[in-house]
Amino acid sequence: MNIFHRSPRTEEMEEELLSHVQLRADDLERSGLNHAQAERQARIELGGRERWKEECYQAMGSSFFESLVQDIRFALRVLRKSPGFTFAAVVTLALAIGANAVVFGIMDSLLLRPLNVPQWESLWGTMYGGNIAWQSYPNYIDLRDHNHSFEDLAAFGMVFAGLDTGKDPSVFNGFATSGNYFDVLRIQPYLGKFFHASDEHGRNSAPYVVLSYAYWHSRFHEDRSVIGRVVGVNKHPFTIIGVAPPSFQGTLVFVSPDFYMPIVNEEQVTTEGLLSARGSDHAVFEVMGHIKPGVTPAQATADVNAVGASLEKNYPKEVARGNTSLAHEGLTSFGPDLKGFLAGLMLLAGLILLAACANLGSLFAAHAADRSREVALRLALGSSRRRILRQLLTEAVLISLAGGAAGLWASVVLLSRLGTWQPFPGTAVRIPVSPDARLYVVALLLALVSGFLFGIVPVRQVLRANPYEVVKAGSSRRLGSRMTLRDVLLVIQIAICAVLVTASLVAVRGLVRSLHGNYGIDPRNTMLASVNLAMAGYSIDKVPGMQKSMIDAMESIPGVEHAGLVNGYPPLVYTAGTRENVFKTETSDLRNSNAAANPYRYEISPGYFAAAGTSLLAGRTFDWHDGKDAPPVVVVNRDFAGKMFGSVNHAVGSFYKLLDGRRVEVVGVVEDGKYQNITQDQQPAMFLPSMQSPANAFFLVVRSHRDPQQLAAAMRTKLHQLDSGLPVDPKTWNELLSVVLFPSRVATMSLGVMGMMGAMLSVTGIFGMAAYSVSKRLRELGIRVALGAQRTQVLQAVLGRTVKLLAVGSAIGLLLGILATRVLAYIVYQATPRDPLVLSGVVLAMALLGLVATWIPAQRALSVDPMMLLREE
Amino acid sequence: MTDQAQLLPGTLDLLVLKAVSLGPLHGYGVLLRIGQITNSALLIEQGALYPALFRLVRQGLLKASWGVSENNRRAKFYELTATGRKRFREETEGWNRLATAMTAALAAQAEEA
Repeated sequence: MNIFHRSPRTEEMEEELLSHVQLRADDLERSGLNHAQAERQARIELGGRERWKEECYQAMGSSFFESLVQDIRFALRVLRKSPGFTFAAVVTLALAIGANAVVFGIMDSLLLRPLNVPQWESLWGTMYGGNIAWQSYPNYIDLRDHNHSFEDLAAFGMVFAGLDTGKDPSVFNGFATSGNYFDVLRIQPYLGKFFHASDEHGRNSAPYVVLSYAYWHSRFHEDRSVIGRVVGVNKHPFTIIGVAPPSFQGTLVFVSPDFYMPIVNEEQVTTEGLLSARGSDHAVFEVMGHIKPGVTPAQATADVNAVGASLEKNYPKEVARGNTSLAHEGLTSFGPDLKGFLAGLMLLAGLILLAACANLGSLFAAHAADRSREVALRLALGSSRRRILRQLLTEAVLISLAGGAAGLWASVVLLSRLGTWQPFPGTAVRIPVSPDARLYVVALLLALVSGFLFGIVPVRQVLRANPYEVVKAGSSRRLGSRMTLRDVLLVIQIAICAVLVTASLVAVRGLVRSLHGNYGIDPRNTMLASVNLAMAGYSIDKVPGMQKSMIDAMESIPGVEHAGLVNGYPPLVYTAGTRENVFKTETSDLRNSNAAANPYRYEISPGYFAAAGTSLLAGRTFDWHDGKDAPPVVVVNRDFAGKMFGSVNHAVGSFYKLLDGRRVEVVGVVEDGKYQNITQDQQPAMFLPSMQSPANAFFLVVRSHRDPQQLAAAMRTKLHQLDSGLPVDPKTWNELLSVVLFPSRVATMSLGVMGMMGAMLSVTGIFGMAAYSVSKRLRELGIRVALGAQRTQVLQAVLGRTVKLLAVGSAIGLLLGILATRVLAYIVYQATPRDPLVLSGVVLAMALLGLVATWIPAQRALSVDPMMLLREE
Repeated sequence: MTDQAQLLPGTLDLLVLKAVSLGPLHGYGVLLRIGQITNSALLIEQGALYPALFRLVRQGLLKASWGVSENNRRAKFYELTATGRKRFREETEGWNRLATAMTAALAAQAEEA
């Protein structure tokens, strides 16, 4: 490519014109002129070179490309001559394009193509969460058989199981799916085969496992002979029949399972009776299928709700149902939140781009003003205005391409790292983002559009330029007191920056607040260990005895203060939570509509509250006498006591009815807390003795001030002594809390980054303006100093305007930030910019930014040496 | 200089072809030759000549090669190609027809009504 070298044709043309001038000069010399006069005369006769050159290019044909090459070469020369300007412009644009490309890349990966399966557009599923009936297996079967909208319906739930391949047992995460799962998704195995609906012949009839490609790769090192091998899943023999394709990572965007197994065999792995319980809310996670052609999503939703209504009528006791809405499979209940979050983020990124454009606009205007002399000369030499504008736009496009490429490169690096990032090591949680072609196109378009946007800022300036005026008057145009375009651009930029700074401070405050909120537990110095006795093959009647020995073993560890356990998941772990209807004692028809409350339900051992750090407000907690044959008792939280019985004191000794019809006595009341996530409003909760409803999956809770690693090792040893086949991996409660805190952490982090970028942009913007105004007025300053101006007067003269603009911009930005509360509320929990700390923080930050940005120009203005300056002119 | 006639649009190309048809010339030579054969009656701007030359080269009517001028300057010489020669004959005929018609038209006397 010789784009950047002179083309031979141009060279030849120049040479020919030169030869013409020489020949003509020779003739003129012969007619009596001296050599110099003759050359001058010859050149004048030839006329405006620029114009002839252009016409020659046109005459030679293919002029567009060649003059483009010419423009580019010229633009590169100009840009190389002002490296400071070029660098500032490219970096500014790279920042803005990078920010936008990252946000767009995330949005593109998560929202625009959520699942990597064929025809995902017509694949709709029920959203997890709420009181939706589709979490039980019998309900799923009824929905599958009685709906008229789906071609077929598949269901899946999550299972955690111990995998035994002959080597050390390990926990792996998987999906228990209906037999038709892979067929509904229309995907083919990478290796071996998938299971199908025809493999299901009733309970425990299909002991097959399909591995995910990633798990096959990491655990079996892509050994093709695993097909047909029998492995132990929670001690039950299962045959590996296939490997899923690498592009398929399950039907939940944020979770990538290690394996898939038929749901009809799930009871072997988890609890007995799971599949027959119509009221269960954890057999099925989601139900999904392709909508039949011609059926709209709204019709399908109505259809699903109609089936739900008839189920509710037929099984009033078991089926508690909210209204189902359907969503594209993949994001489930995260969808709306994620959309709001990303939309907010996109808006902020757009603001960054706008600020960058304003920044670049003033950079370009200043640059064009500096070049007005050169432009005037070219006009005088016969270059057309169109040509000069083209030239300026070429420079803008070159800068936008360079900035866009740099920004895109950075965003691709960032996105790829995000895509391989495991936010919670050891879990199947992932953030499946990857850059794709759409990202490149969008980034390029953004770069070009903003390039043209700021490129046309100086156009008016150029069009108005009168060559004779400029050449005569020189470049020292006086700065008028009128508001100029550059002033407006600076104010816009500062206002946007102030909005971003406000947003990030609001986010930080929100995070701090949620970190110091009262969760109703004390997660410090507490260790959690997930135990699943089913993995070691325990039957349910052996569970209470084993649990008691485990808690005793934990308490025997030196330094352990309290130990207890909770069935299922403890509060605030993996956003898991089970709710159940409760009734007044006099209610006999336990249908959903008669429920008195719908509290969270936990089953806990004696010692749990002490271990969890939950304080008792009234009554007592459980002891080991609250066993199977003792009268049913319950501890409730303050919210429950208030809602159900009016006050804490009334609650103790009162009775109410559980969904299974048992009358329970409230023996204690504990403080309120957060249960599923930290952003929810206060909810009622009840705690039942674990010995009265034993379960084989639970968390041990151990409180100790010992070093977590030593404690974890001690716990592992003790548990290993009790049963060597039991995989356990103790973690601190805080570590597990990071999952619930993850969204606000991410929000804070991204807003923080946006705020920093806004701050950087405004610093460069203010700096540029101040530095420019100082350099333009150095001579005037010199005179002022020579006439005895004070330092403050000098500063005021040169920076007063910038500071005024800064103040105006900040005020506007702060106002906008306050007005944008609703947008911010999408992104962060407890977003309240009407917070004195935030308000003063923004003012302080903007003042600091202004100080930093004007520091160097101010120093330069103060160090003016009048003698030097005056001599120079 | 003042009584030089302005060139009719489109006639520059024909003049250049005519000039070159008399023998290979460099650009400046073309100017001189035109001045000579028109007795300096037609004004050609020096700069306008080159776009015309390049255009004719691109149309394949002229071909160019570097050589040395009579006073030992390096210069680019133009000569007619075969197509150029053919086109020159055609355009000359066309011009003659036009000129004859124009002359006849302008010479016509008003007939008695």
